[in-house]
Amino acid sequence: MRAFCERLLALVFALSVLCVAATAARADAYEDALAHFLADNFDDTIEGVNAVAASGHPLAEKVLGALQVRRLMFSAAQKRVFFKDDADNLFDAASGSPASSAPSDLEQVRLNNRVRNIIAAILGNLTLLSPDPNKRFDAAQAVFKSRDANALPALEQAIAKETVARIKRALSEARAAVILYAENSAEADKVAAVAVIRDRGDNDALVLLRGLPASTPPAVKQLAADAITAIERALDAWETARGTAQNAWFGISLGSVLLLAAIGLAITFGVMGVINMAHGEMVMLGAYTTFVVQQIIQAYLPDSALLDYALIISVPLAFLVTGLVGILIERGIIQFLYGRPLDTLLATWGLSLVLQQAVRTAFGPTNKNVSSPSWMSGSFKLGHIDVTYNRLWIVLFTLTVFVLLLALLRYTRLGLEMRAVTQNRAMAASMGIRTGWIDAMTFGLGSGIAGIAGVALSQIDNVSPNLGQGYIIDSFMVVVFGGVGNLWGTLVGAFTLGVANKFLEPFAGAVLGKIAILVLIILFIQKRPRGLFALKGRAVEA
Amino acid sequence: MSAFPLTRALDRGTTIFLALLAAIAIVVPLLNLLVPASSPFHLSSYFVALFGKYICYAILALSIDLIWGYCGILSLGHGAFFALGGYAMGMYLMRQIGTRGVYAHPILPDFMVFLNWPELPVYWYGFQHFPYALLMIVLVPGLLAFMFGWFAFRSRVTGVYLSIITQALTYALMQGFFRNNFGFGGNNGLTDFKEILGFNVQAPGTRAALFAVSTLALMIGFLICRSIVASKLGKVLIAIRDAESRTRFLGYRVESYKLFVFTLSACMAGVAGALYVPQVGIINPGEFSPASSIEAVLWVAVGGRGTLTGAVVGAILVNYAKTTFTSGPLAPYWLFMLGGLFVAVTLLLPHGIVGTAQQWWASRRKPHERRPVANGAAAANPHPSEPAPRAAE
Repeated sequence: MRAFCERLLALVFALSVLCVAATAARADAYEDALAHFLADNFDDTIEGVNAVAASGHPLAEKVLGALQVRRLMFSAAQKRVFFKDDADNLFDAASGSPASSAPSDLEQVRLNNRVRNIIAAILGNLTLLSPDPNKRFDAAQAVFKSRDANALPALEQAIAKETVARIKRALSEARAAVILYAENSAEADKVAAVAVIRDRGDNDALVLLRGLPASTPPAVKQLAADAITAIERALDAWETARGTAQNAWFGISLGSVLLLAAIGLAITFGVMGVINMAHGEMVMLGAYTTFVVQQIIQAYLPDSALLDYALIISVPLAFLVTGLVGILIERGIIQFLYGRPLDTLLATWGLSLVLQQAVRTAFGPTNKNVSSPSWMSGSFKLGHIDVTYNRLWIVLFTLTVFVLLLALLRYTRLGLEMRAVTQNRAMAASMGIRTGWIDAMTFGLGSGIAGIAGVALSQIDNVSPNLGQGYIIDSFMVVVFGGVGNLWGTLVGAFTLGVANKFLEPFAGAVLGKIAILVLIILFIQKRPRGLFALKGRAVEA
Repeated sequence: MSAFPLTRALDRGTTIFLALLAAIAIVVPLLNLLVPASSPFHLSSYFVALFGKYICYAILALSIDLIWGYCGILSLGHGAFFALGGYAMGMYLMRQIGTRGVYAHPILPDFMVFLNWPELPVYWYGFQHFPYALLMIVLVPGLLAFMFGWFAFRSRVTGVYLSIITQALTYALMQGFFRNNFGFGGNNGLTDFKEILGFNVQAPGTRAALFAVSTLALMIGFLICRSIVASKLGKVLIAIRDAESRTRFLGYRVESYKLFVFTLSACMAGVAGALYVPQVGIINPGEFSPASSIEAVLWVAVGGRGTLTGAVVGAILVNYAKTTFTSGPLAPYWLFMLGGLFVAVTLLLPHGIVGTAQQWWASRRKPHERRPVANGAAAANPHPSEPAPRAAE
């Protein structure tokens, strides 16, 4: 063990000696080069720039970078060169160590455009050979844009040495750009260069090809024109694909909101046949429940992490609150109006006015601020599509609610009785099902789900007394389109309408898109008067 | 032939009601214009304008009652036809402003100058002519209703489905008219009218005349509705209301009847809107809002669906209540009242004020003297709009 350590030490020592020797050799050339900056004339400065670059000294890049932004200083009396960093700290250019005190005759090394161009090119070349692959890549991109002919030798050198495929391609593209813009390059080279640029195929390539110098041979120009059309076509196709994907996501997101709002309606309207114009107000009550829960947590447990989970606490609470209100409405009003759907419509509309005004009186007419938990804010990129977390959560949440509801209808006693009452009320009653109680429960369930929808919508919409109104017509459209009495129809209807809406919007604008959807639904009803997924039966509508 | 349904329409109740309306049409303007302001019999111009507005609402209510009370079509979008008629009139009035607008442009209305419109859109052409505007007032709502009804009734969209779709229709139109590039003044609508047929819109004389014309229109509308209801056509409509499938099985083309009455009703609503605009002085997209359409349905429900007088009475009563409440200290509670009214009427007073009164009147007569209640079979069926039991679904 000890022997190994000694050998390791020896190795370290030997390596450091080697390094010092190497830097010492370079340091001489470097310090000589720095001396050129003391003369304060442009020719000497250029010579200094070239010499510093040629020295290959580790500080060379820093010095030239400082010179480029006028932060290279010199003192004629002390014959020393300094550079300043961004924070205006002075460093000795020779050693790279902080300067103890600033000399009194500190002066800037002046620049003109000729010097500036040379520095830019040399800096590019320097970094082209940098050991850091990211820097090499950036340098290649920079040369691609600057098309500086001086960079050509360095580029050739870099291409020969490069091992990373991505950077090698960037370097070749940079070389192609340089060749295309150089006056004296051979036509064959230029032809090859156009092919390279064409393969790059992005907007920068387009700019480059469109701006070819006048001296370009006609054959190359022709090739370039072909390349431009090819690139444009490819870019268009790509843009369309990206736009389609983005629209599809927005559509799914809108569809899930529609589904969430309509799913409760699919129960009350679709399953029970009761038209509830106050459905939107149930959504609104759910959103206000969320607000109240957050207020209570903020007031009584201000420091706890509970606030982040207020939304989750609100879900069952909103279900209970709106479910109870729903049962009250059913027992208080709707049960007297069975068989009179138009009257039910009017009565529940009146109820929605009362509920809105009640909330307005209790909470005020202004929008309430429901904060988003940390796990719902922010977004990420999926490919080239922006996906916000709150939308993603809502889509997932909606699907969960949908599946749970489906399971409830299919596998529970309550669900069985609900379906029985829907299919044949008289028969269900004679089998001993308390139809009145089932009506109340069903209505409560539909209302409760509307309340849950309100919890989710509080995250993406303004929580105000008018929250529900915006959803009621769309929700009815979804249920009518999807087919009454079938939850799958509601699902398909919601997503179809959501996606169709988002795809029509770019062509027609939001409002005309809505009108177009409405017209399409009316036309659709021509074809299938009972919606996409109609219940089959022999009953005739009287 | 044409006189026959008319004479049958003019039963005693109708004649009394029409005479009453005629008296109002004559007396109210006279009391406003000729009686000095100091006299207790004087009616202020405010009163005339207010009741002129109610009369227009009454025409709208009448048009809704015709299709809902007698044919079972509950339109929650009749405000759209009302507003379209109003916009047609508004466009005429805008063109009459001429160079007196803020920007003094001879052709373009102010809002178009403001929005840098280079020229008048094609659909504004011709509105400087009053007869053309009159034609459009009837034609535009009628055409829309015809197209809409043609699609809806042919595919047998009935009941609440139709209600929802009509509501969506007016909602879509509202969204459209709110946009500036629709060319109807966007949010602000059309306003700042100067004169109608050369008379100053603000002048008391014009207002009184508009009141008289509105009442006359109400009378004509009432007479038209009455003659339809009293005719064989009216009986078929009631049959459709009470048992649509059965009527179809009997060989009637249900959709044609519905389409006819729906279109006619939309034309009436358009006329109501056109008379409303010069009296109120503004038309904006708010008139398209689903809430105002459904409120109009409430007027009919309060007055009594299936009774034409009920629609008129309901419209005037509810709107009078609205004016009283919303201008007083009770304003915040008006929506509670309105909402409560919806619930109360449907639960407790399904036949409305007039319908219940008629039933009560009929039950007081001795059985052998009993005759059908004035306006058709409303009393015969306890729930006229929906006879179908739920099991049928």
